[in-house]
Amino acid sequence: MRRRLGDRLLFGYVWLVMLWLFLPIAVMIVFGFNDTQSKSNVSWQGFTLKWWGRLGDYPELLDAVYNSISIALIATLITTVLGTLLGLALGRHRFRGQGATNLVMFAAISSPELVMGASLLSLFVSAGVQTGYRTIVIAHVLFSVSFVAVTVRARVVGLDPSVEEAARDLGASSWVTFWRITFPMILPGVVAGALLAFALSIDDFVITQFTSGATVTFPLWIYGAVRIGIPPQVNIVGTCIFAVGVLIAVVNSVTARRRATA
Amino acid sequence: MSNIQAGTGAVAAVPDLSPVPAIELDGVVKEYLARGETVQAVKGVSLGVAAGEFFSLLGPSGCGKTTTMRMIAGFEDPTRGVVRLHGRDVTDVPPNKRDVNMVFQSYALFPHMSVWENVAFGLRRKKVQDAEIRRRVGAMLEIVDLTGREKRRPREMSGGQQQRVALARALVNEPRALLLDEPLGALDLKLRQAMQLELKRIQREVGITFVYVTHDQGEALTMSDRIAVMNDGLVEQLAAPREIYERPATAFVAGFIGTSNLLSGTVERVVDGTAVLPLAGYGRILAADAACEAGATITVTVRPEKITISTEEPTGDVSAVRGTVSEVVYLGTSNSYAVGLPDGAEVTVYQQNAHDSSTTAERGDSVWLSWQPHHSYAIGS
Ligand SMILES: Nc1ncnc2c1ncn2[C@@H]1O[C@H](COP(=O)(O)OP(=O)(O)OP(=O)(O)O)[C@@H](O)[C@H]1O
Ligand SMILES: [Mg+2]
Repeated sequence: MRRRLGDRLLFGYVWLVMLWLFLPIAVMIVFGFNDTQSKSNVSWQGFTLKWWGRLGDYPELLDAVYNSISIALIATLITTVLGTLLGLALGRHRFRGQGATNLVMFAAISSPELVMGASLLSLFVSAGVQTGYRTIVIAHVLFSVSFVAVTVRARVVGLDPSVEEAARDLGASSWVTFWRITFPMILPGVVAGALLAFALSIDDFVITQFTSGATVTFPLWIYGAVRIGIPPQVNIVGTCIFAVGVLIAVVNSVTARRRATA
Repeated sequence: MSNIQAGTGAVAAVPDLSPVPAIELDGVVKEYLARGETVQAVKGVSLGVAAGEFFSLLGPSGCGKTTTMRMIAGFEDPTRGVVRLHGRDVTDVPPNKRDVNMVFQSYALFPHMSVWENVAFGLRRKKVQDAEIRRRVGAMLEIVDLTGREKRRPREMSGGQQQRVALARALVNEPRALLLDEPLGALDLKLRQAMQLELKRIQREVGITFVYVTHDQGEALTMSDRIAVMNDGLVEQLAAPREIYERPATAFVAGFIGTSNLLSGTVERVVDGTAVLPLAGYGRILAADAACEAGATITVTVRPEKITISTEEPTGDVSAVRGTVSEVVYLGTSNSYAVGLPDGAEVTVYQQNAHDSSTTAERGDSVWLSWQPHHSYAIGS
């Protein structure tokens, strides 16, 4: 059977977009194996694995990566709990100040990072709070909580309230109803929100720059290294982070498919 | 007055002979506050449902059926009035502590659980032993004919199957009463009729009180022991199906249940309890057992199938009215005639096609309509 022209065009277009998306990532991965001699890692010199063994050449880089990951984990945990509660409240109940809450959430999502970073800095300074690890966590929770709340709210609004009523009717207390019925049903939204929060946190630069004090994260370290040339170890760390992301995406789609067919 | 407690124990499948109703509503009113305005969804309902009874709430959309049901289940607090289950005042008892279960119109199955887990949910909450859960869930799935589908998720089942899961999930708890809110509303006609029989069978088998909400009068008539016909937040009539159909208490009930003819006239005299209402120049109506006196103006209802249509003037002690055929419709098993009376009223008549399919009269014919005095039923306003 011959494919129609439209199908072929669509097919070509999809591959163009994929190429567009993957080219920079491919370059990042490939240059982690570049046998470069100079400080700058921009021209291909030949294949080597030696950088994988020399990750320890830059202890500050490893510290920065550790900071980024631990900040992202802590911020994601706090954000997911707060955002889920917020999403439940906004999706389920009508309360005084609901409109204002929605407005503030939207403002937090749409306001430029520069504005938020600068205002956070002046807030911390005027409140006499020493900027550092803790203020980065606070800032990351702040800018990602709205994203979690919005994804959870979308899930909550789509729930049939009589499903929870049925659980109550069958003898479940409100506590049991939440953990056995409501939470499993909004879980996909919670997981999506958590992944989003983690992704936002781990590579945030602008707001982190304003609120970091003496603490250095992975993006901040790269920015600092630009002047002296970015070593191939950065590409390797980037490759690892990308690989973890791919792994999560694959696991997510496999479990989603299994859930659908189970 | 009663020492019967609505406990959580199993209920025997024998009719409860105690005079205490399984469900009792006493002057129940429900008001909602919608945009600063008070809306009375239920305006004062008092009724009792006997144990083991198949009781229907019937009425048009928005008349307060769901609200009434939700107050029995405990999802809504009555604004005024008392709800009693087996004599116990449960007005302030939350739904998880009431020994009734509800089947929702949308089924409300737990989408992330298998059929088995759905049905076992209530028993697990009551901390029933695992072996006992296995036995009871298995037996219940057998009753609703779902054995072998235990592992499926709700969305992998047809509408009728989901319906049966919802039913099993409620029934397996052996509640004192089962509340069903238009449980067949989402099904097509064939499945609906099959499920009606199925529900009746299950109710007989388990012997549990059923309170059944529907706006389908045919469904209510065929399934119920008694029906409460609701309109605009009030119960208009509470009686057995035959009584509701043959002797509607109000014009609303007469109009809502089946097709009914409403005829008005002034009582000339009452002979042996039968009121005689002459109609100016086109006949007379006889109404047996009409509680009225000469000079009163009353309205009577007559069902279309009780009326005989003929071309000759009928004889004997019957109601006899003259009119002109304005429409004849062939309905398969019967013919439907619309007959216009000189005063502008229109009467519907059904005639069985028992012997031959030829019609007694054609459009434009002048005919006589007649019926027995006891088929005229005087109604309140
Ligand atoms: N939560 C609510 N807030 C305000 N008004 C309500 C609420 N729930 C119901 N009502 C109103 O109460 C009235 C009765 O509603 P109810 O749901 O009991 O009707 P119903 O008889 O079940 O109708 P249907 O056959 O359409 O299901 C309706 O006029 C409805 O608009
Ligand atoms: Mg309803």
